[in-house]
Amino acid sequence: MSPLGLRHLPLLFVLAVGGCGSEAGSTVDPATGQAAKPTYGDTFIDALTGNISGLIPNVLTDGASFEVGGLIYSGLVNRDKDLNIIGELAESWEFSRDCLDLTFKLRKNVRWHDGKPFTADDVVFTYETMVNPKTPTAYREDFKAVGAVDAPDPYTLHVRYTKPYAKALQSWSIWILPRHVLETYVKEGRLREAPQNRADPIGTGAYRFKEWKPGEKVVLVANQDYFEGRPYLSRIVYRIIPSQATIFLELKAQGIDSAGPAGLTALQFKRQADFPAFRKAYNKYQYQDNVYTYLGFNLGDPRFADKRVRQAFAHAINKRELIEGVRLGLGREATGPYKPGTWAYNPNVRTYPYDMAKARELLAAAGWRTKNADGILVKDGQPFEFVLRTNQGNDERRKVAEIVQASLKDLGVKVDIQVIEWASFLKEYIKKRRFEAIILGWGIGQDPDQFEVWHSSKTGPDDLNRIGYANPEADEMLEKGRMSCVEEERKKYYDRFQEILAEDQPIVFLYFRDALPVVSSRVRGVVPSPNGIRYNFNEWYVPRPLQRYTAG
Amino acid sequence: MLPYALRRLILALPLLVGITLISFFLMHLAPGEPVDISNPDATTTADREGRERLIQAYGLDKPIHVQYWNWLTRIVRLDFGRSFAPDARPVLQKIRERLPITLALNVAEMMIIVMLAIPIGVISATRQYSRFDKVTTVFVFVGFATPDFWLALMLMILFGVQLGWLPISGLRSPTWEYLSFWRQQWDFLSHLILPILVATFGGLASFSRYMRQSMLEVVRQDYIQSARAKGLAEPVVIGKHALRNALLPIVTILGLSLPGLIGGSVIIESIFAIPGMGQLMVQAVYERDYPVIMGNLVIVALLTLGANLIADLTYSLVDPRIRVAARRSRR
Repeated sequence: MSPLGLRHLPLLFVLAVGGCGSEAGSTVDPATGQAAKPTYGDTFIDALTGNISGLIPNVLTDGASFEVGGLIYSGLVNRDKDLNIIGELAESWEFSRDCLDLTFKLRKNVRWHDGKPFTADDVVFTYETMVNPKTPTAYREDFKAVGAVDAPDPYTLHVRYTKPYAKALQSWSIWILPRHVLETYVKEGRLREAPQNRADPIGTGAYRFKEWKPGEKVVLVANQDYFEGRPYLSRIVYRIIPSQATIFLELKAQGIDSAGPAGLTALQFKRQADFPAFRKAYNKYQYQDNVYTYLGFNLGDPRFADKRVRQAFAHAINKRELIEGVRLGLGREATGPYKPGTWAYNPNVRTYPYDMAKARELLAAAGWRTKNADGILVKDGQPFEFVLRTNQGNDERRKVAEIVQASLKDLGVKVDIQVIEWASFLKEYIKKRRFEAIILGWGIGQDPDQFEVWHSSKTGPDDLNRIGYANPEADEMLEKGRMSCVEEERKKYYDRFQEILAEDQPIVFLYFRDALPVVSSRVRGVVPSPNGIRYNFNEWYVPRPLQRYTAG
Repeated sequence: MLPYALRRLILALPLLVGITLISFFLMHLAPGEPVDISNPDATTTADREGRERLIQAYGLDKPIHVQYWNWLTRIVRLDFGRSFAPDARPVLQKIRERLPITLALNVAEMMIIVMLAIPIGVISATRQYSRFDKVTTVFVFVGFATPDFWLALMLMILFGVQLGWLPISGLRSPTWEYLSFWRQQWDFLSHLILPILVATFGGLASFSRYMRQSMLEVVRQDYIQSARAKGLAEPVVIGKHALRNALLPIVTILGLSLPGLIGGSVIIESIFAIPGMGQLMVQAVYERDYPVIMGNLVIVALLTLGANLIADLTYSLVDPRIRVAARRSRR
């Protein structure tokens, strides 16, 4: 939804598990019992399941590239452990009362990795890059409400909005690019072809680029001149390991220090990693990931256009059991598109506890009363049967589909499951609106604005309101919610928005999964928070006696 | 000999064009577009303007036969184009950085297979139904039936986790650049042991069976009887008179497996985290990265045609009968 949301998985309810989690966050060295001072050095070896696709994240869309790019580049703002917006390249900022003028004071003495000074002009350049129609980026939307950006002096940036835009501040977490290096490529519309997308990217971040061997590894080294002080871990090696099984074996052999930002699978976390040697070598963490899984309907289908049918389905699916079955309990029931615990979340909405009698009643009210010889509900001579589709390569979703299939069978609804490779699924079924029901997920950003997914104007073939949801009041709330920069005011709109969604059940919200990362126990300074664990990566360190690798 | 080779070469050209033509259309038949975002959960999309610009830049807005013609005219000038992936790198460059490791693995695998399969086949044939024959038969069939990924995981657990003798995955240790020259060589080799072992184990079965079969046929021939009758020692009979003839079909099979040398095994590459051709191709297919898919196909097609030609030519070189027959038929 926004670069910030992707760079730092917004994570809630961090629980340290396994007993040693709290120890990892403490500053006491268990070896000596003394308060430990962070020390420099050592290499941190992380695992990514996908190859990064480039080194200029502004024109990329994959999670691996954001992970690496997040350490090389900085934004004007960032989020702290409690998800508050804090300054990064910006020292401070000020909004005018009408939410239309935003003025940043920038840090002085920030240098690009090539030694050139960073100034407000680079921010202007980044803005120009993002709005340049020749730049192939997925984040242009964030800058459409901007009327003008100018730099009255090298350390002041003034942004004028044409209309109030709620995500204005957050949108400036975009990776800031250097004008002196990239300007010619942007002008020619060849930013992806720029050599800096392949090697030696120039950023202002805590780590500098060392090397990228495609499909094998990416190496970063600490930026000695980082404006917030040199990070403790001297070298980061991202190994690209496509197989989850291999990642787990590498962990067991202590060949890697972390299983990547996404962490372990539920089965690995709960069962396979639950033995003393593993617990000694790694700290396990658990927190809500920013992805929810849902059962979606094509609302253009007359059967699903009736909200009683959707509500009946919501009652017929036992979410608790579903989470137990597919996630071994490592997830949390979803009541709407916001994570419990975030400011926008509304706990007081209509819920759909598991209740088959209620489900039957609702279906009967919608006209599905009689069953045919096969035990399938019939209305106007048509049996209630449909195809439930999901994308290939996600075992969890296939299992969810099977549980939904079994639940609806009890109700007298026949479901066939089809698992299709994503590119074909998107083109043949979703874009052409040729689906009946789907199991998919939505990643959610840190801002509650979900205009793209729910607004009735976003139902074109390439838009994200794929189910064709249209509710004038929901539209109004979404519009108002994104037009204000005052949190309390926005909260009102989003509370109402969630009530509407809960009542309408345009999709059945199933669950938020837990992210299950592990970090080598020799790494200290990891403090679990509502923002996950990676927000303070620059403060992680390994006490000298525990350092394992030589690093420059 | 030379005119024959020339004629074959000229005939190969339309064949190559035919192969690329069919591949190109087949590839475009697969639904999905390169300009779509590959992550199903992403709530960001490139705006319509941006998508259309990309479609134009990639030439995807033109009719498919025009697209093919454009591609063909570029490829004859050896311009493989740029990848549609966000890194937009030249296709040849992408293939070049993946090819060496795949080639190295496959050549090593092939050499080990040949070195093992020939003796195994010969001994099982000459001592048909002996204990050795039975044991190797069982062994190679187990190898044939064992799934690659399972064997790989088992070996990784044994040698990587339990014993700790060999690295589990990748090509180099993360500390590679801090090692001495010879340690670096060993580090690299030790990473290759398990993948080669797994690949060899699976490929050994068919080769040793071919060898056994071919040898069995030859030892029953009259000229082997005459060689023995002439009083030659058994090793000479087998090693000189029988083996040469028995190797003929193996040469053909070897020739035909040449193009396979550049196509990596996706399963082995993913499990061992080896950045080879297999992973590149699969990724390209998922992303509908047409230039990379086509570039790959052209190279494989060229190699297949070349290998066929070489196999035919060597066949006539090693087997005088074919040369004579060819000459006779021409008259």
